[in-house]
Amino acid sequence: MKRHIPTLFLLAAAAALLAAAAGPARAGQEARYLTVKGSDTMVHLASTWAEAFMKAHPGVEVSVTGGGSGTGIAALLNGTTDICAASRAIRPRELQLAARRGIQPVATVVARDAIAVVVNPANPVSTLTLEQLRKIFTGAVTRWNQVGGPDAPILVLSRDNSSGTFVFFLEHVLQKEDYTPRARFMPATSAIVQAAAADRWAIGYVGLGYAVEAKGRVKTVRIRKDAAAPAVAPSEAAVRDGSYPIARPLRFYTNGAPRGLAKAFVDFCLGPEGQRIVRETGYVPVR
Amino acid sequence: MFRERAIHLLLLAAASTSILVVALIFVFLGKEALPFLKEPGLGALLDTRWAPVSFVRERYGLAPLAAGSTLVTALATVFSVPFSVFGAVYIAEVARPAEREFLKPFIEILASIPSVVLGFFGLVVVAPLVKRAFGLYTGLNALTGALLLALMAVPTIISISEDAINSVPRSYKQASLALGASPFQTIWRVTVPAALPGIIAAVMLGMGRIVGETMAVMMVTGNSPIITFSPLDPVRTMTATIAAEMGEVPFGSDHYRALFCVGVVLLAATFAINLVAQRVLKRYGMMK
Repeated sequence: MKRHIPTLFLLAAAAALLAAAAGPARAGQEARYLTVKGSDTMVHLASTWAEAFMKAHPGVEVSVTGGGSGTGIAALLNGTTDICAASRAIRPRELQLAARRGIQPVATVVARDAIAVVVNPANPVSTLTLEQLRKIFTGAVTRWNQVGGPDAPILVLSRDNSSGTFVFFLEHVLQKEDYTPRARFMPATSAIVQAAAADRWAIGYVGLGYAVEAKGRVKTVRIRKDAAAPAVAPSEAAVRDGSYPIARPLRFYTNGAPRGLAKAFVDFCLGPEGQRIVRETGYVPVR
Repeated sequence: MFRERAIHLLLLAAASTSILVVALIFVFLGKEALPFLKEPGLGALLDTRWAPVSFVRERYGLAPLAAGSTLVTALATVFSVPFSVFGAVYIAEVARPAEREFLKPFIEILASIPSVVLGFFGLVVVAPLVKRAFGLYTGLNALTGALLLALMAVPTIISISEDAINSVPRSYKQASLALGASPFQTIWRVTVPAALPGIIAAVMLGMGRIVGETMAVMMVTGNSPIITFSPLDPVRTMTATIAAEMGEVPFGSDHYRALFCVGVVLLAATFAINLVAQRVLKRYGMMK
């Protein structure tokens, strides 16, 4: 308790100063500053939301930063962000840590996303099953002719382990088996697009929005749930009706249910304008 | 009198700040890394795999990262040293004053290019060149990383080597020339050997820069944590690992502490390089 005293004192001093500066008219006003931190997948979406929200609420400041879902969750647990944007669910270990610190992460699904599997346009392979994907990314299969392609090595591209997409793919496609250590772990989605566009035998995964944007430079593979299922390309309709197998919710995590400015922002994102922005930025609306 | 004393104290404080900062960094790194040795244990660091995010089993083997750093550093040193030493000799001994005035600013500019920019250059220009030259499927590998790092070490090594060559007493050269040696014989038999300790120190400092460089390496080495000695394989360095993962880990988790262990190893490596450099300087009597 002792070491909190200077902090408390500083806070009190800051509050007194603020009150003196702002005058009585502003007393009791809501927070006017909101931070959203986390998923790189969601950074563009969240900043578009933030811009529209700030336009509708003059005087409110919403700052959005990326860094990966893990970064956002870490920031939520460390108390350095109001809202954490996450493209994966919070892990049990993180929940334990949160409980130890008295933080209750509450999720709100704000949009949906499909993960597109991309290859070089010169690669003749255009459909893969989930099982084949698992074998490719775990390193059980290392040549394209083992999955119906020409006799050439498979160059596996993955995101870095700070990425939520990395964890989602690990959990839902690799069935929790480890990635092959020979995979090239890329620091950003754009690096995956760059490598898949440049290297003929590469395969990687990116958010649907990126795949749409990179059309022509990379080829999107159609996915079969199993050998008998139809091959489905990632699209809004396929995500909505559940036929595309690698889809995921995009969430906001807050400490407890959203309150005050955070609630206003979350409500805005779920509202008609917010969901229109979801579609415009290449993701799938939830409402 | 009082003023002098005050100035003395001020200067002493300024000079000791660096000692304090280094000590604090050691303490801080140690404090964050030590709990790892208790909980998962030292053995966990000796694993052969680095897979800190896993549903199967989290593995924190430093070997692939250390191997990656070693391979890239060794290659970059091999590329940059001859290039920079010849460059320094040319600038110090052979170049005409006008040439020198033209060359030096460019070397300084090379030193000041941000490493992200070099990394991007590597991704878009060097990697495809390496890929084509060796008929590879991708250019993201240790060799590409080493080429970029060599580019970054060159200015450091050139400017310090040049200083060392310039500080060789004129009388040495004059004596050599007076004995009938040609200018090139003088350079290779007298000037360069006399400047050798300084050149070695320059190489060591260049290596220090190479070991610690992060951004460009992260962008072009392919980042696969495998143990390999082939320059054409992808590698992951210690610095790139810390940079890529530190932002993501919750404070106090095993992963967080493992990254601090990586930091400790990195610090020990650069410390060792410095130690060697100082010993070399001492042996040749360049340092009291």
